[in-house]
Amino acid sequence: MAEELTNVLISEHHPMDSLLRQDRLPHIWCSGCGLGTVLTCFVSALQKLELDLDKVVVVSGIGCTGRAAGYLNLDGFHTTHGRAIPFATGLKLANPELKVVVISGDGDLMAIGGNHFIHAARRNMDLTVLCVNNFNYGMTSGQVGPTTPTNARTSTSPYGNTEHPFNVPYLAAATGAAYVARWTALHVRRLERSIMEAMQKRGFSVIEVISPCPTYYGRWNKMGDTLEQMRYYHEQSVIRHWTDPAQADIDLGGEIIVGRFVDIDKPTFSDLQREADQ
Amino acid sequence: MSNDGILRGSFFMDGDTACAEGAICAGCRFFGGYPITPATEIAERMARRLPQVGGTYIQMEDEIASIAAVLGASWGGARSMTATSGPGFSLMMENLGLGIITETPCVLVNVQRAGPSTGMPTLVGQGDMMQARWGSHGPYEIIAIAPSSPQELFDLTIRAFNLAEKYRTPVLVMTDEAVGHMTERVVIPPLDEIEHYPRRKPQAPPNDGYLPYQPDPDGVPPMACAGDGYRIHVTGLTHNEKGYPATVSVEAQHKLVERLIRKIRDNRDDIIELHEDQVEDAEIVVVAYGISARTAARPVRLAREMGLKVGLLKLVTVWPFAEDRIRDLATKVRAFVVPEINMGQMALEVERSAEGQAQTIPVPHAGGGLHDPGEVLEAIKRAMGS
Amino acid sequence: MKLWRKPLDLDRVVVPQGEIHLVLDRCKGCQLCVTYCPRDVLEMSNLFNAKGYHPPQVRYAGRCVACGLCSMLCPEFAIYVLEASRE
Repeated sequence: MAEELTNVLISEHHPMDSLLRQDRLPHIWCSGCGLGTVLTCFVSALQKLELDLDKVVVVSGIGCTGRAAGYLNLDGFHTTHGRAIPFATGLKLANPELKVVVISGDGDLMAIGGNHFIHAARRNMDLTVLCVNNFNYGMTSGQVGPTTPTNARTSTSPYGNTEHPFNVPYLAAATGAAYVARWTALHVRRLERSIMEAMQKRGFSVIEVISPCPTYYGRWNKMGDTLEQMRYYHEQSVIRHWTDPAQADIDLGGEIIVGRFVDIDKPTFSDLQREADQ
Repeated sequence: MSNDGILRGSFFMDGDTACAEGAICAGCRFFGGYPITPATEIAERMARRLPQVGGTYIQMEDEIASIAAVLGASWGGARSMTATSGPGFSLMMENLGLGIITETPCVLVNVQRAGPSTGMPTLVGQGDMMQARWGSHGPYEIIAIAPSSPQELFDLTIRAFNLAEKYRTPVLVMTDEAVGHMTERVVIPPLDEIEHYPRRKPQAPPNDGYLPYQPDPDGVPPMACAGDGYRIHVTGLTHNEKGYPATVSVEAQHKLVERLIRKIRDNRDDIIELHEDQVEDAEIVVVAYGISARTAARPVRLAREMGLKVGLLKLVTVWPFAEDRIRDLATKVRAFVVPEINMGQMALEVERSAEGQAQTIPVPHAGGGLHDPGEVLEAIKRAMGS
Repeated sequence: MKLWRKPLDLDRVVVPQGEIHLVLDRCKGCQLCVTYCPRDVLEMSNLFNAKGYHPPQVRYAGRCVACGLCSMLCPEFAIYVLEASRE
């Protein structure tokens, strides 16, 4: 059957496979889900950074994004809902040599995990947080979440969402994050570069990635499938580095301001502890 | 104090302080906690002492974050612990389950106070004993120890760390406000006289067949930590020996749950510790733990002076419950008297284990104070009379 | 490639040529690679892979310049491009 594909070479392996748990691929994410793309950018960034991969640790929460740790060939921890960040805090403090990355979703990090997010930002814990935002709770079939835009339809906001969403970069910046960026799953090269910057940054780094959900959020809000949602990102996203994150709200179907918003130097939790102990 | 920051010698110390010092002697180098009466002093002591021994103290934003950080620190290679009381204990239940299914060694101290809910923050209770066993969702076994003096709190915190590493499980130190806030002599021996059970690491090097959840013959898998090079995957989902989720495999669930339970149940002879006093010829046995084991000493003595053959069985290990011993004793004694500062919790276990061979007479106390010795003596006399 | 003026270093610049590789059974037919290829190299095929999805195939062999965008966008680690060796 393979001979019927024109001009294509069939492979058993992909160049990124050494960083993936190949025995668990293909992954469970839907066709067109942006999560695979986010992981590709993450793996590509790791390959370019030339870090000791034995010391890179991924901690994820519960949800579609939460499954990310399970597909990476790194020390990975799939923890309880909302608690990836405090777990990652413990990991990092027990072994400061580790480079700890939290990969989790908008519901996990902003709702149940919201308190932990703001405190880790306040402490400027040396963690990198990849917040994949698909504007709903995908794993449980598309409920409203803290980043769902007002008026959007979800399974638990059937008459339209009556709440205001969080603006993730704004929250991160306001609570003290040292590095804040936002990209969409379409901005692959820029996302890769941001991931590299965030991982090399000492302090609390947050990258929000807007990602398509073709199965629930996109479908129920007439945003179409992945191709149409990516086209929406293409047309409606505007790169404006150093925008004040307060100006970067995302309305339903509205403009998405992306770019690097915050990149400051400030002492981390461990820096301050070390000073105090002297 | 010597140069390494570890104490040794004889001290006049309260229970909470002794607990912290015990943890430090046991090698605890991470404490993630939150203030709560009457466990706050443990946090305060750790905040002061951990930097002196090269450890880390962090006050997390709530108890849920505390236990999550403790689990993370354990996977980062540190011996880690937290301390709380009833309300915080309730909050920690979900992540306790994560610790159990991921087989994360750590110590959780509950300095019990009167409940339910906010209750009586400054006064003693023992009302969390069943919660210690069943508080988290799903089927599991747990190890819980109940010290009844500051010296025991010191010794048993060390034992808790050793059991945690030996059986790769969270271990609960179920003490109470009376013991935690009591000041007594605590003898801290030199470090080389203190038993230290080291974390069991994999024998094989990375990429040589190590599976994170493949058990040794005793049911406990060796533990590779983050950064050791084994590229482990650890999940709270039901998993197979590789650590990979196996969420729709009934066989995997059965295998995992069975092993987690047997890991503790099958080793109960090693885990269970009891102190028996005058039980050999007893017709009535008072079964007690924690502070209630101390307050029971007087009624037992008074009863003996009255010519009644009464003994005291102190549960040092509360979970797994010493059902074998109770079942055996039930054939020899008339009744068990169980004084506890709750409305009857471990009494249920005693009754269950006695299998009708002996009566079980609970002596409940709603909380906030200790048993009146006369009350317990009355129960003993009633037991004799029946 | 149509150029509106001849670059001065045209004789020194070598345009890479790419070879598309597929890990066939990982593809979920999302069409991101086909849609976003800047050179319109790919098209969807009528073949079914083992999971029942239509994988892409190369329509215009020779147009691929190994930019790697398909590989970066693919959510499935199913497609990648290698520079073809030139003898």
